Amino acid sequence: MAAMPASYFDVDGTLVSTNLIPPTLYYLLNQPTPLHVMQKLGGALLKAPTMAWAELRDRRLFNETLYSVFQGMSEDRLVTLADDVFDRIVRPALYPGAKDLVQTSIDNGHDVILISGSLDVVIEHVAKYLGATGYIANRLEVHNLRCTGKLLRPVVAGPNKAILVRDHARENGHDLDECFAYSDSYSDVPMLSIVRYPVAVNPDRRLTQLAKAYSWPIISLDSAARSA
Amino acid sequence: MSHPCLVTIDSRSAPRTMFSGDQLVDVDLPTGTRVLYTKPPIKPLKDVDAAIRFAINHPENSEPLYALLKPGMKVTIAIDDISLPLPPMRRPDIRERVLTIVLDLLTDHGVDDVELIIATSVHRRMKAFEVRHMVGDRIFDKYWPDKLYNHDAEDPEGMVYVGTTDVGEEVELNRRAVESDLVIYVNLNLVPMDGGHKSVSVGLCGYRSLRAHHNPKVMRNCHSYMNPETSELNTSVTRMGRLTNEKLKVFTIETAINNNMFDRPLSFLAKPEDDLSATERVALRTLKATLERTPQPARQAIFQRVPSPYGVIAVHAGETEAVHAKILAKNFEQYCVPVQGQADILVSGVPYISPYNVNSFLNPLLVQCMASGYLFNLYKGLPMVKKGGTMIIMHPCTDLFDNEHHAPYIEFVHRLLPITRDAMQLHKEFEPQFAKNPAYIEMFRTGHAYHPTHPFFMWYWGEAGRQHLGRMIVVGADNEYIPKLMGWETARTMDEALRMAKTSAPPDPDILALHMPPIGMAEVTAPAGRPPASSRRW
Repeated sequence: MAAMPASYFDVDGTLVSTNLIPPTLYYLLNQPTPLHVMQKLGGALLKAPTMAWAELRDRRLFNETLYSVFQGMSEDRLVTLADDVFDRIVRPALYPGAKDLVQTSIDNGHDVILISGSLDVVIEHVAKYLGATGYIANRLEVHNLRCTGKLLRPVVAGPNKAILVRDHARENGHDLDECFAYSDSYSDVPMLSIVRYPVAVNPDRRLTQLAKAYSWPIISLDSAARSA
Repeated sequence: MSHPCLVTIDSRSAPRTMFSGDQLVDVDLPTGTRVLYTKPPIKPLKDVDAAIRFAINHPENSEPLYALLKPGMKVTIAIDDISLPLPPMRRPDIRERVLTIVLDLLTDHGVDDVELIIATSVHRRMKAFEVRHMVGDRIFDKYWPDKLYNHDAEDPEGMVYVGTTDVGEEVELNRRAVESDLVIYVNLNLVPMDGGHKSVSVGLCGYRSLRAHHNPKVMRNCHSYMNPETSELNTSVTRMGRLTNEKLKVFTIETAINNNMFDRPLSFLAKPEDDLSATERVALRTLKATLERTPQPARQAIFQRVPSPYGVIAVHAGETEAVHAKILAKNFEQYCVPVQGQADILVSGVPYISPYNVNSFLNPLLVQCMASGYLFNLYKGLPMVKKGGTMIIMHPCTDLFDNEHHAPYIEFVHRLLPITRDAMQLHKEFEPQFAKNPAYIEMFRTGHAYHPTHPFFMWYWGEAGRQHLGRMIVVGADNEYIPKLMGWETARTMDEALRMAKTSAPPDPDILALHMPPIGMAEVTAPAGRPPASSRRW
């Protein structure tokens, strides 16, 4: 029997127009007291130059620096606020065509897996909303019901995504020769390169150039581009 | 005595100028070669609007359009897409003229629930500026995009099953059209394979219906698909169309245009080279030199963006088959040139345009479609070239694709053709995979890409030609890779190609050359003294 194909979707910038920062900010702005908010925001501001540098150098380091601001946050708060983050930040930012594209993949017999640098507690909601069959996302380390500010390994970012997709495909019986991967970012080229069907979605400049050079399909889920 | 449009080359003849993509190339053909030119354009109708009004008020086998209208009824107007005419028609396009009159009539009769659907089938969605060119500013501004839009053959909610013919062909059509009280189809019949039942039952259908006839088996039995009487494709479409017309109330409006493709500054391109005036010869030399020095995108713009001054030569309306018979007669009157005897070698340039690359590049798969498909099939009666004969084409065959319009073509050419050229294997093994590709479907539905199965259809389009021809030789290819993928031989010059072709032809072979565009057709009969080929042993 032929293996069921899988479609691996990056989320931030691909299916939703936001990146990792607005959900994180939402968490920081919703602390138990104004003092906690000030402390968290201050800490994040101090780390901003490092994050900017890391964004240019290494997407994994950026993720690790960004999520270190969660240090000390209770696990309950992390999970409870995830509902709000999805409802107020992520869902309004979903591209109009995102649900259709995921649905088309499901209709054509694909397993749909979201793979994202966002936190698992948020991505779980996105997966449910879109009807995805699974997700791979970053997980914060929790010790004594408090976040340590560290990400559990493997960090979902950059080249690691390729390894995670390969492992997921192997464990679930998907043949990468039948699989699709969708992303907006040049940083996901390793993930796009290991499947037979890479697709550039709302691609950045560098990915657009690469997609054109290698004749990868380019699609836009943005309503303005879709109606042109 | 042969027809004036069939010119025989002698020792004093000038070189023939042929299209090789968007370049013009001079070729010396051997004496005795017959060159098929197109007929002069039929004189257009003097008052097109009056002809449209007359047609809808005095229809064929139908009540007049006004008698079919009731206040409050639901009407869908379907329109042919930009795949014709080629190049686009100078404004006002005939569809704008017909729509203007029909929409005014609907308004006068209190019909407000009107939607206009561009019957793209599995062609790419037309862009806003293309739709505006076709329907005119007034209609575009009033209806686009909510009441004037492209058909979406992959919209699960927008398609509805209509029925199955007695031989198992499934008819699935656009829901809005099926649920309308009246469907008015506004057609432009560029070539004889257009129009008739193809308008609604293909233009508004999806892959589920298309696969009944867009397959290698049916395409092999088209002799040719430009002649509906001997086209299995037309037979299948007619069955499905008749079923459609049993379920839907369809009022067909068909129009025919002449072959006045080149405006005055370029009109000499349609003339025999020996008949050119001194001024026209200078103009031709200047044009060739200009094209040689112009970058490809600019050449494309010169030929594709400049609309053609086509003239409307017929308008008929009413019941689909009765209307189409009259329009077909007009098409044949414009295009068919009698030719006696089949050739051993057929020579043709392949121009820059096909129905599937409007405002984009003619990629290698479309070159194949033009050569083994359209050009080979431009006949009625016998094929222009004998069974097992050779076709020589001129085209650079550049390995270039439009990423936006022809995304699935790239994978077809570069992944599938190296595996197999067998149309049946492609149909059975790979077509279903492409049909389910979510990325290509998304590009088709929301971008401007052709349907993922369209490259397969383009390959099948050449199937009858491939089955018939012994060899295909391409002159002037800028690479060896693409011709090899297509199964073609290459030659640097026409002389070399003819020498190669003669190695498998009888002594003193009969050579026929097509001088196109504009569009023409050969009505080929057996040479005097030979039995007619009614048994189709071609």
